Formats: sequence, C-alpha cells, structure tokens
Amino acid sequence: MSEKRIRVPFDPGAAESLKSGDTVLLSGTIYTARDAAHKRMAEQLENGEALPVDLEGQVIYYVGPTPARPGEVIGSAGPTTSSRMDAYTPALLSHGLKGMIGKGYRSREVIDAIQKNNAVYMVAIGGTGALLARKITASALVAYEDLGTEAIRRLEVEDFPCIVINDSEGNDFYESSQQSFSND
Amino acid sequence: MKVIQYTEIVDEVSRICQEANFDLAEDVVNAFKESVKTESSAAGKSILNQLIENADIATSNRVPMCQDTGVSVFLVKLGQDCHITGGRLEDAINEGVRKGYDEGYLRYSIVDDPITRKNTGDNTPAVIHIELVEGDTLDVQMSAKGGGAENMSAMKMLTPSAGLDGVKDFIMKTVKEAGPNACPPLVVGIGIGGNFEVAPYLAKKSLFRPVGERHPDKDIAALEMELHEAVNRLGIGPQGLGGDTTALDIKVETAPCHIAALPVAVNLNCHASRHKHFVI
Repeated sequence: MSEKRIRVPFDPGAAESLKSGDTVLLSGTIYTARDAAHKRMAEQLENGEALPVDLEGQVIYYVGPTPARPGEVIGSAGPTTSSRMDAYTPALLSHGLKGMIGKGYRSREVIDAIQKNNAVYMVAIGGTGALLARKITASALVAYEDLGTEAIRRLEVEDFPCIVINDSEGNDFYESSQQSFSND
Repeated sequence: MKVIQYTEIVDEVSRICQEANFDLAEDVVNAFKESVKTESSAAGKSILNQLIENADIATSNRVPMCQDTGVSVFLVKLGQDCHITGGRLEDAINEGVRKGYDEGYLRYSIVDDPITRKNTGDNTPAVIHIELVEGDTLDVQMSAKGGGAENMSAMKMLTPSAGLDGVKDFIMKTVKEAGPNACPPLVVGIGIGGNFEVAPYLAKKSLFRPVGERHPDKDIAALEMELHEAVNRLGIGPQGLGGDTTALDIKVETAPCHIAALPVAVNLNCHASRHKHFVI
C-alpha cells in the first residue's frame, strides 16, 4: 500500500500499476456517468452506435453533482453507489474503459472483468461531496444533456483522492480491510 | 384557533430543506468527534476527520455536504386547533421543497415514474406523513434521505417463534450486507411490530431522534445499546474500509402486532443524517 500520483486518462500500464489498498491522487481528465447514462451507453452499444466518448484508457466517475452556484465550477460532487452500474460495466471495460471511481462493492462479474481488462476500481469517500468538489477545476457537458444531473460531463481534476479496491490481479481491499477488524 | 398562512409554511419548508443539506446537526458532528477518539483504524480515523472537514465546508460555503440531496421526507404533527389558510398543507410543503431546492442549488433526485423514469425537475413530490395531535401548533420535521442507504434497507415478516434472536439476526444481516454501500458510519433505524406498512414507518421515524439519545423505555434503550455494540464488532468501519465505527447510533421503535406476526424493518441512514425542524 502506498500513495501514488497518477495522470488520467491512464498511460499504457498505469492502471495495472495500481494495487488494492493504494491511496491515489488523480490529476487530469475524467468523465461522469451514473445510472441513466450507463443505460443509454449500453443501448448505443447494442445498436452498434458509437459512444459519445472514446473510452480508451479513460476513467468514469459515478457521480450526479448538485448544480454549481454562479461563479463556481461545480456543486457538491461525491461518489454514488457503484453496484448499480455493475450490469453495464463489463461491456464498457471491453470497449477500453480502464478505471472507475465510485463507492461500495462490485459484483463478481465486474471484479473478473476488471482483472481480465487490466483495469482498476477505486473509491472516493462517500458523503464528502463538498470536500471532493474542491479537487475539480473544470466541468463541461459532453452528452445526454436531457438527463440533467445524470448527463455525461468531462471533469478536470487535480489530486483527486481515491483508494484502490479492486486491482488487475483480482484483489479486493474491502475484503482484506474489514477482515482485520471483525470480531463477529 | 390559530390561523397559519400557506406562504409561511412554504418559506419555513424552503429554509429547512436548505439548512438540512448545508448544516449537519450538532448531534451528528459530535458523534463524528467522539468516534475519532475511539476508532482504532488509522484509515477510519482519517475518514471521520474528512467527514468533519466536509461538514465545515458545507456550512461555510452553503454547498450541500453530499451531492445526493435526497428524497425530502416530512413528519408533520398537526395540532387539531390549527387552521391553515391559503391552500392545502401538502401543497405548501411541496412548494417549499420546490423553492428550497431551487434557491439552494440542491440536486433534483426524483423521477415521475419508477419504470419510465423522467426527472420531475424540482425534487417533488415530497414524502409526507401527517399525524393529528392536540393543541394549536404545526410541528414539521424534515429529512433529506439519500438513495444509497435507502437501497440497502430491508424489511422482513418474521413470525413469533423467531423471537428477539431472529430480529437481531435480521438486523445484523442487513447491516453486514449493506457494507460500504450505505455510506457508514450509519445511523440504523429499526421498527419492530405493527404490520407490513407500520414496521418500516417506525424504522424511518426512529431516525428522526437525535444521535446519542436513548429510548425512554429502559428495555428498548438496552436493546439499542446492545445492538450498537454488536454492529460495531462487525469490523465494517467508516466507508467499509475496516474499523470499529460502523454505526454512530441505533434507534429502535416498537408497536403492537398481530398474534401471528413479528415484522421487523431496518432503515439505514448514511452518516449525512440530515434532519431539521420547525414549529409554527
């Protein structure tokens, strides 16, 4: 376990270098997408259409931010529960997606797909949307504007703090960290 | 008979919707501060400190502490000697939600239909529970209830032979399965008894009690404390990353029930336990 500063989108090999339990500070560009945007991307893939974003090496942040006050970049912007995106995630990973930021457990299928595609699943601290918004320096609408807070946005982030849960070797940090404190 | 204006209710509801999302109540912040002292996980301590910092930023910058500004849930105690003039009480509450979520730059998190799912664009309709009480005051409690913890909540129609042990097992199982998804440290609301709709209502209602306050019935208070210790032995910890602080508190409410039934409901609240209150 160590603290690593990483550029996003990932350079080749960078996602694999992150290990379960690592603290990571991400800088660069990431994309937002949650339930409704995932459903729409899945439909586009099914119909053989191009996705609004080229996912090669990219990171998706599961977030539906609050509106920005005038003069602000974004409102509150913490992670939402990742498991709701599980049904759609393996397909996105096979289209080049390398990283995801959310909170909570992933399904067996997603953990396996992360390993297979040399990707990484990270979490940010849920319920710290005011604090995390300070790490976001720009926000621009990219697609699905009609979805409101669920639209796809491009975010510029600087030292955005995450913890690696599932890595490309199939490790799960939730499992190992909870075990060491359980007296059940 | 006291006359209460519709517009007065709208303004008060708008105010508490915003304050609930910006100003984390003292009981919750104090619970964070107490937990920092006892948490043995370094990561857990760090997370608790970030929750305190986040609450500070939210208050000073008038930005929501969490982007999920929730379903607006209201517990209303309406005195029988009140007369509300200028419109319906429920309309006033929904108009207050509309105003508060717009003026506060809060997120609209409600869809009009569970299947076709179009955002209503103003966070209405609110969930409103009204109880008629004696007197001439209108007492309104509001909760901004996040979706993540609500999704991990559960209800079970146990039968009498399951007994208190069965109830405890179901509670522990629910908290365990929720793990990090419900954003621990949690406040766990439990309803035991009633029927199929009463048990979850009791669980929800229990979450409106301040963190740290014990039930006036000493047996229920003892059960709350026992469950709190048991939940914190699970090792889930802050954000599910391991530790002793899985729950900030456990609340239990009970009600009479059918001779054949033992309903139990577990309503989880994330650490952003947002409750505000006004009385007219």
